[in-house]
Amino acid sequence: MTEQNDYESIPGTYVYDARRGRIGYALNMFCMSLNKAENRARFKSDEAAYLDTFPLTAEQRRAVLERDWLGMLKVGGNIYYTIKIAFCDGLTFQDVAGMMSGVPKETYVQMMLAGGRSPEGNRFKDPVKAGE
Amino acid sequence: MARIVAGIACSHVPAIGVAMDRGQTGTPYWEPLFKGYQPARDWLKKLEPDVAIVVYNDHANAFSLELIPTFLIGVADRFPIADEGFGPRPVPVVEGHSQLAWHLAESLILDEFDMTIANEMPVDHGLTVPLSVTCGQPAAWPFKVIPICVNVVQYPPPTGARCYKLGQAIRRAVDAFPEDLRVVIYGTGGMSHQLQGERAGLINRQFDTAFLDNMTKDPVSLTRITHTEYMREAGSEGVEMVMWHVMRGALDADAAEVYRHYHVPASNTAAALMVLENRSGS
Repeated sequence: MTEQNDYESIPGTYVYDARRGRIGYALNMFCMSLNKAENRARFKSDEAAYLDTFPLTAEQRRAVLERDWLGMLKVGGNIYYTIKIAFCDGLTFQDVAGMMSGVPKETYVQMMLAGGRSPEGNRFKDPVKAGE
Repeated sequence: MARIVAGIACSHVPAIGVAMDRGQTGTPYWEPLFKGYQPARDWLKKLEPDVAIVVYNDHANAFSLELIPTFLIGVADRFPIADEGFGPRPVPVVEGHSQLAWHLAESLILDEFDMTIANEMPVDHGLTVPLSVTCGQPAAWPFKVIPICVNVVQYPPPTGARCYKLGQAIRRAVDAFPEDLRVVIYGTGGMSHQLQGERAGLINRQFDTAFLDNMTKDPVSLTRITHTEYMREAGSEGVEMVMWHVMRGALDADAAEVYRHYHVPASNTAAALMVLENRSGS
């Protein structure tokens, strides 16, 4: 049995759980709306006006307008939803993953080609446990 | 009598579908992955199943956060291809097997699995990429498809043990269907990958290899992996491997491995394809 919220000890990871579900609903439903071509066109033509039609917080709105991918996760964004903004921008999942991990695109591509990010040292936030 | 003859575990990385749709499968990046698919395509063509039950997760396409079914079965005669934010994939419409699907829905619910029933839904890359991987690019899919969706987008997904038991219930239901049908079951998603946060790009070949080995050696031990262990070891999105247990639970305990292909990377993901056959066979 998984203990409740014991995944909080994993570094660099934003599990879309009840807590994030409660704050992220409107943000994610805005992203969902981009599945429709006419909404993508409306968003592209005037992002701020389109966002006005959703009850976002100021921080959620800023994160979207600035394409702060990591910031969106921190204010309740779910990656399967926020990625739809990236698709609208013509970015790929790998582009966004690289940006979230804070390295240049080419560095990220090379890391993946070399077998990906190792779990070694990346299992726990706690540096003592992470070193185990 | 209907019979489940084989199981297929298959990653459903959207970029794999995009590479096929854009004719890029022969590029140096993609060629090693696609080369490894061919033996499974040949095997499946020879097997000639009538129906495929495809266990997958929707990615904010058929469903949103408005309604989050933990387990869902599609009972329609046809399922259109979803627009996932960049237009629908140019692949054939998915034809359902409504009669078997309704039989499964009734049997599973009376067997204490509280399925949501979908009469209308589009299907996304979670379902279509495994079909493309195993069938290539035919003008029409070579068998009918019954979609079974598992929530892995809103935490918590159902446990691995629960998924395995659902597979066992699917097996009982298929066995009780009077028509003579050959059925394959797909468990999709995985393997290790993390799409989000500073830790994006995590891959754990050791975990994946042990997982693949235990699909035949000790599948029940795999059902005890907790969600946190999946996320810590195999990446936050690696938790979708719980869907493989639905497939595994629907097979014989001593099902045999027929084929395996494992490749890193497919975009952000460790991609796998595994074929298992029931010895009770065809």
